[in-house]
Amino acid sequence: MNEQTPVLRLEGIVKTFPGVRALDGVSLSILPGEVHALMGENGAGKSTLMKVLGGIHQPDEGQIIVSEQPVVMSGPLDAKAKGIVFIHQELSLADELSVAENIYLGELPRKRFGLVDWAELETRTNAILEKLKVSFDAKTRVGDLSIANQQMVEIARALTVDAKAVIFDEPTASLTDAEKIVLFEVISDLQVQGVGIAYISHRMEEIFKITDRISVLRDGQYQGTVNTAETDEEGVTQMMIGRKLDLSRNESHHELGEVALEVRGLSCGDLYQDVSFEVRRGEVVGFYGLVGAGRTEIAETLFGLRDPSAGTILIGGEEAKIHSPYDAIERGISLVPEDRKDQGLVLGMNCRDNMTLPQVDELKAGPFVSDGAEIAIFDQYRDRLDIRTPSWKQLVGNLSGGNQQKIVIGKWLSMRPDVLIVDEPTRGIDVGSKAEIHNLIRDLAAHGYAVIVISSEMPEVLHVSDRIVAMYSGRIMRTFTSEEVTEDNLIQAISGIGSDKVA
Amino acid sequence: MQAGTLSKYLKSGAIWGFIVFELIFFSVAGEFLSVSDKAFMDADNMLLLFKQSAPIGIIAMGMTIVMVNGNIDLSVGATYALAAIVMLDSMTWSIFEGMGDAVIFVAWGLALLTGVVLGAINGIIVWKTGVDAFIVTLGAMLGYRGLVFMYNGEQPTSHLNWTLVDFAEAQFLGLHTPTWFLLIVTAAIWFLMNRTVHGRNAYAIGNNREAAVNAGIRVGPHMMINFMIIGFLAALSAVVFYSESGSVNPNDGELYELWVITAVVLGGTKLTGGAGSIISTFGGVVAIQLLRKGLAHVGADTSTVNLVIGLILIAVLFLDRQLNVKGKEELKV
Repeated sequence: MNEQTPVLRLEGIVKTFPGVRALDGVSLSILPGEVHALMGENGAGKSTLMKVLGGIHQPDEGQIIVSEQPVVMSGPLDAKAKGIVFIHQELSLADELSVAENIYLGELPRKRFGLVDWAELETRTNAILEKLKVSFDAKTRVGDLSIANQQMVEIARALTVDAKAVIFDEPTASLTDAEKIVLFEVISDLQVQGVGIAYISHRMEEIFKITDRISVLRDGQYQGTVNTAETDEEGVTQMMIGRKLDLSRNESHHELGEVALEVRGLSCGDLYQDVSFEVRRGEVVGFYGLVGAGRTEIAETLFGLRDPSAGTILIGGEEAKIHSPYDAIERGISLVPEDRKDQGLVLGMNCRDNMTLPQVDELKAGPFVSDGAEIAIFDQYRDRLDIRTPSWKQLVGNLSGGNQQKIVIGKWLSMRPDVLIVDEPTRGIDVGSKAEIHNLIRDLAAHGYAVIVISSEMPEVLHVSDRIVAMYSGRIMRTFTSEEVTEDNLIQAISGIGSDKVA
Repeated sequence: MQAGTLSKYLKSGAIWGFIVFELIFFSVAGEFLSVSDKAFMDADNMLLLFKQSAPIGIIAMGMTIVMVNGNIDLSVGATYALAAIVMLDSMTWSIFEGMGDAVIFVAWGLALLTGVVLGAINGIIVWKTGVDAFIVTLGAMLGYRGLVFMYNGEQPTSHLNWTLVDFAEAQFLGLHTPTWFLLIVTAAIWFLMNRTVHGRNAYAIGNNREAAVNAGIRVGPHMMINFMIIGFLAALSAVVFYSESGSVNPNDGELYELWVITAVVLGGTKLTGGAGSIISTFGGVVAIQLLRKGLAHVGADTSTVNLVIGLILIAVLFLDRQLNVKGKEELKV
């Protein structure tokens, strides 16, 4: 394989931004027909490298070489014309337009006089959709599709041209297991056609399942490339963070207190039905299930963002009606939302102001906001949560994912909640910070908080939970204690198998 | 899914339902309240309605493109007035003396050119500076109006050319000349928006600008073309109207931008861009004109008309929001 000409080669790419050397002499090559994983912690330079490849940034030094021809990328379309296609992690779709128009966005087939060739467009699109085995057709409006199907539309874009190399940036973030299988088939089809694949992901199990080689970046520097078959998760992690990661499970149990939150027969339209569970003080309850199983919706109901259609919520043994986040906070429930950047933080505000946002009403000196009280709160939680930032004046948007998440958690801890709900606590966070967040969650439980963790990552749920609630399509299938849970029975429960064993 | 399709039909059909409602309401109410003894749904009255819709309607087609594209143009009223002045005044210029009636075409050409140039100025500023179209065209609205006043002070600009008046007042197949212009413009813009790459890209840009940029669509030129189209249409509207009236006051066309936007929004175009339909805008234009005529028919004065239209606009947007709510379990914002 090594004698082949690489479809895409980077040589000594250097890119500096004011104050940062984002890429420092990165070289790597992607061979035809291989899946090449690109790994690194957040901030290691992966996205900058992608932007350089896509022509959004120009490198300060070094060369991009496509099929042994040095090229200058002037923009995403130019890259595409040269056979380099990007599948973005963030969906960039126009939801009012049809699937076909989105797939061929920017290059609709034309007839004379700039007219759109609709027939051609539909034929080509349906041919691509057939390959992807999806259930929608070319004319479907993208806004009517589920997030996972929208991701498939994004992936379909890669198949519109004769690509030399396709770069997938976290493509499975919102896909269900079944859809992942289809995606992996698409990838192997592309492989067979001799397309080089660059695959960026945080998910180790995927990396080891489908990739041939792994290249690692750390702090903008190229750490080396290894053959996937010759390494293991630990080796890669070590390359990524420069030290060993503690992957052992935490089986310790804390002293459980009284029931902090109890839910009886809660339903919300089609989203979930007849959900009952309880959380004690000092306990971490993990909610595990596929995307769309209704986990986030339960959290949103508990936080007053949705009105349940049936059922009761009891807080500290008393029935509570929660109609708004204000009610929820009043009753000691806090929610660390799924989408940190959109729902959890005001990115353009500084660390301190983000942290004191929910209680700024109470921090007054006369008619004015009391700066001193705000800084005191920030300092307290910065130390407690080990938030690494030069000062409270730093804009939250400039922090790493892990530190951003800690700001959100700190924000809610400073409200002194009884129940803390954490939705996807480590999504988009690098391996090193993940472990920190996990320890933090365990630690919070030890201090008597009742914690609910919603996660799509099995290692995470296994790692932090005292009990695990498995959900499948809006229903609780089974509740496991951490002793009885195994990977197998958990997977069965969330796939809807073994529903007769409801505990 | 079922509820979704229902509300979709309701939304796209709403404007036509509203028109039918207006027709019935004013016909019935007219029986009791009308100051004239003619029926409201009289054929002549309806033909007149289309003719009177033309000035706003022609501009509204341009506004739909610009709004679908994610921009807005507040300068159309001033462009309209300036184009009218150029048309009427140029017919008296000495260099065109001796051209006879051929001067009409020159005057039209100059007026339309004025519109295109003014639109291009808006477009290029929005494109090159990245300033929001609302602000750019707000400035243009004041600036272009200033040009109108500089031209002839507070005096009206007049010139009557009888050939032109005859043409403008003609009826072909029963429809007035302005009505024909409105129908042709509607058809042309519909075709542009639904059949051409430019039109589809305009939707994409308004819907998700970042996605459009990532897909290599050149956002700036598309926006500029759309501003030129709306400038052209504002001038065309002036050409059609002033060919008949022959006299333009410097205040003419004021508040046109707001009437136009009202019609477009009534027709269901999103203020944020990305969604909207030319046919529905046509419906919006007719609905407003019906309302004005209908209220006049039952004896209401202009101020009442404005009040009612304002209330209806808010009611429509509220209804639209309600139709978009997915039910009780909807996430609260």
